[in-house]
Amino acid sequence: MTKFEKTSSFSRRSVLLGGGALVVSVGAAVSLDTVMSIGTAHAQGAKPPLTPDQLSSYIAVNADGTVAAYFGKMDMGHGLHVAIAQIVAEELDVPFKSVKVFMGDTGNSVNQGGASGSTGIQLGGKQMRMASAEARRVLVEMAAGLLSVPADILVVNDGMVSASDDKSKRISYAEMLGGKYFNVQLDWNKKLGNELYAPGKAQPKNPSEHKIVGQPIKREDVAPKVFAQEDFVTDIKVPGMVHGRMIRPAVAGSVPVKVDESSIQNVPGVKVVWDKGFLGVVADREWDAIQAAEKLKVEWSAVEPPFPDQASLYDHIRKAPVRKAQVEKQNGDVDAAFAAAAKVIAADYEWPFQSHASMGPACALVEIKGDQVTCWSGTQKSHFVQEGLALTLGVPLDKVHVMFRGGPGSYGRNDADDCAMDAAVLAKAVGKPVRLQYMRDQGTGWDPKGPASTHKARVALDASGKVTAYEFSSKGFSRVDVNTNGGKPYDTLSGQTLGVALKSGDGFGVPAESYAFDNKKLSWETIPPLLDRSSPLRTSHLRDPVGPQIHFASESFIDEVAAAVNADAIEFRLRHIKEPRDVAVIKAAAEKANWDTRPSPRKDQTGSKVSGRGIAYAQRNGTRVAVIAEVDVDRSTGKIFARKFTVAHDCGQIINPDGLVKCIEGNIVQGVSRTLWEEVTFDKKAVTSVDWISYPILDITETPGEVNVVLINHPELPPSGAGEPSIRPVAAAIANAIFDATGVRIRRVPFSPERVKAALS
Amino acid sequence: MSQKFNLSVNGKAHTVDADPDMPLLYALRNDVGLNNPHFGCGLAQCGACTVQLDGQAIRSCVTPLSAVGDGKIVTLAGLGTPEKPHPIQTAYVEEQVPQCGYCINGWIMTAAAFLATKKKPSEAEIKDALSGLKCRCGTHISILKAVKRAAEMMG
Repeated sequence: MTKFEKTSSFSRRSVLLGGGALVVSVGAAVSLDTVMSIGTAHAQGAKPPLTPDQLSSYIAVNADGTVAAYFGKMDMGHGLHVAIAQIVAEELDVPFKSVKVFMGDTGNSVNQGGASGSTGIQLGGKQMRMASAEARRVLVEMAAGLLSVPADILVVNDGMVSASDDKSKRISYAEMLGGKYFNVQLDWNKKLGNELYAPGKAQPKNPSEHKIVGQPIKREDVAPKVFAQEDFVTDIKVPGMVHGRMIRPAVAGSVPVKVDESSIQNVPGVKVVWDKGFLGVVADREWDAIQAAEKLKVEWSAVEPPFPDQASLYDHIRKAPVRKAQVEKQNGDVDAAFAAAAKVIAADYEWPFQSHASMGPACALVEIKGDQVTCWSGTQKSHFVQEGLALTLGVPLDKVHVMFRGGPGSYGRNDADDCAMDAAVLAKAVGKPVRLQYMRDQGTGWDPKGPASTHKARVALDASGKVTAYEFSSKGFSRVDVNTNGGKPYDTLSGQTLGVALKSGDGFGVPAESYAFDNKKLSWETIPPLLDRSSPLRTSHLRDPVGPQIHFASESFIDEVAAAVNADAIEFRLRHIKEPRDVAVIKAAAEKANWDTRPSPRKDQTGSKVSGRGIAYAQRNGTRVAVIAEVDVDRSTGKIFARKFTVAHDCGQIINPDGLVKCIEGNIVQGVSRTLWEEVTFDKKAVTSVDWISYPILDITETPGEVNVVLINHPELPPSGAGEPSIRPVAAAIANAIFDATGVRIRRVPFSPERVKAALS
Repeated sequence: MSQKFNLSVNGKAHTVDADPDMPLLYALRNDVGLNNPHFGCGLAQCGACTVQLDGQAIRSCVTPLSAVGDGKIVTLAGLGTPEKPHPIQTAYVEEQVPQCGYCINGWIMTAAAFLATKKKPSEAEIKDALSGLKCRCGTHISILKAVKRAAEMMG
């Protein structure tokens, strides 16, 4: 129920307007008094509280008729804001260009979960769609009152409401609401974050009516970036600001026991901030802060080096105690089927720790003025950073204002949230605003890592070669050793270095597919972290958390089984896949790539340079994607060139096809990088991947020559995510293509030249 | 310890009082007040800090102030404007390259320096010229399209 119906405005309106006498014609503005009196119900001058149950928390109409959309998620580079503006413009019937999307500001948006799990459109857009539809409904209802016509004869074009039978009866959104606020209650489900949902009474449009949604509208924020007109979080400055740098131990887990400040007495204006394991410096000038952090003499506590030899990482995982085990899917009797099998095929796979290795190390600026805390952060989740800062600084939540500004890249829980907390501790200690940027070795060496894991798969075959059972299990570090955001001090480096005990969580996952086998079991196990405090190998979410790992293994294995029964890799998959949309993406990719139906491997190649093709597919929270990789393998060097990709992608309704294609291209290229190159190295003391030499990523000379994307649009289905699904099958598609080319199966990522060469020899 | 340096940046003179060993990047960002050369690695490994010094693309994060001399520095902000864009800037907008955009300086400033001396480059030549630059979001395919488009525009 809206407040509109609870008020007496209708009667006041009737008195004021004399029952339908008002005719608002072109160019004749309604008097402010009139509009204000009528609008009191739905619109008010004072902003209602910023709570998820208020329409004003999502949508505002400005005096000039432009629309502000306040979004509690944010764009990490895909142009999400364009899609959100399309959705808002569509439902409100206003021009696309009149909508401005404000993202990730705790001062004007509610906690919609931030950038998380490819839910920007799937969940965030859903809420903005419902709020916009409700805004339109309310505005039309207001117009009906003002124009004294039934609401159902009103139409809206470009923010102008008019009577369909008499276009002279018209009034604009701006005239009714401009500059004031909606006073409309939504039906909030009382949840925050991704689960937040607060619809009004309105039903959104039928997709068949969509004119703006579905259009390939370009990003308006490219030009400001290209002409250096846009500030990144690294560029924000405030008066009196000083520069901070953090100092991390050479042996993970050790803490400073002696800090010799005289060692940096020649550095001007420097201050040391040391509390338990927390050690940083600030200086007026950035270069001085860097110099001080490098030169400061520190004696560290002696601790046992915490990590195993990297060479024994996978042994460690296999032998480690299981902290949590979970069977996520099970049907039939797998054990009985394996007992009765004529033949069993089994294989193990391995995936290393990987780093976000964002383009730059994280940066944050924190200003504490009186009891008010202001933070600019590149975080994916500003509302959680708000919570984390309140807890870290011991101040009420409503005294903390966090503003997201685009940072140096983000692919999950990277180092951004840790940086915001560290900056806050420094700012509090020195009583000045602190801009903290980590250094490169900290960005790669100390960000939360994508978990390393092992995977076991097996199938039972009967005498005819039919699969009678399938079992897949993963064992690895948790995807939430530290949580996906910095909302709690036990999840951040500052919290842990200041003595808050880690509360390591457990989570992994299973393959997302629709292979129907009579007996099937999918499960996972997590193991404890290697170090229980401020660890450079703590694990959390890295793009498509555990998805690339799991589907590298599961989709490689399905290929192994297909090859073992001498079946074509696609024909074998289609024999077992039951979901029609899954079948459709596979068929679409095969058709686009001119897939040649035959078993793998190829047997027609000789010489050192060979080629192959491989397919892999996966679901992800409603989205389906099939990827066909075509690779060249140089047997003499072991070098893989992932030359061409064909991707078929179904994420339900497409909001912006061009943005979607760019999003998929980025997934594929980053997926190739993670598959061919990326592995966090470490010794017993510390992470040794500290720069772009020790953590190489894909170079432009190795970039795929072609990425062909087939978009399957389902306007009748709600949109699902696209930010991560297509990175999921990339590693398996490449592995399967290498097998097709060479007959050799590579079961450990990355497929570096040394590893491939060794496997081929 | 600190010295005065006279810098020519995007056609304007600036005086910077700083440690001669301080990399140019920090002078451009903090003393001149530019937002565009970015800190990515401080090791000349990624390109985010790239500017042109007398037409050459250099990594300002490892270029000490003492090595700049009276060279003319051009940053992304000085390469072109929305009214008078450099072709590579036009091409970047046309091809809608960015994901996060933090790497842009490296690619655009390097490509602009390359295209100034190389007409009608092949794809392999473009890739070689840009090799070593980093883009973590994986926009390489769009970057290549943009550089090719700019090369065509520049004849």
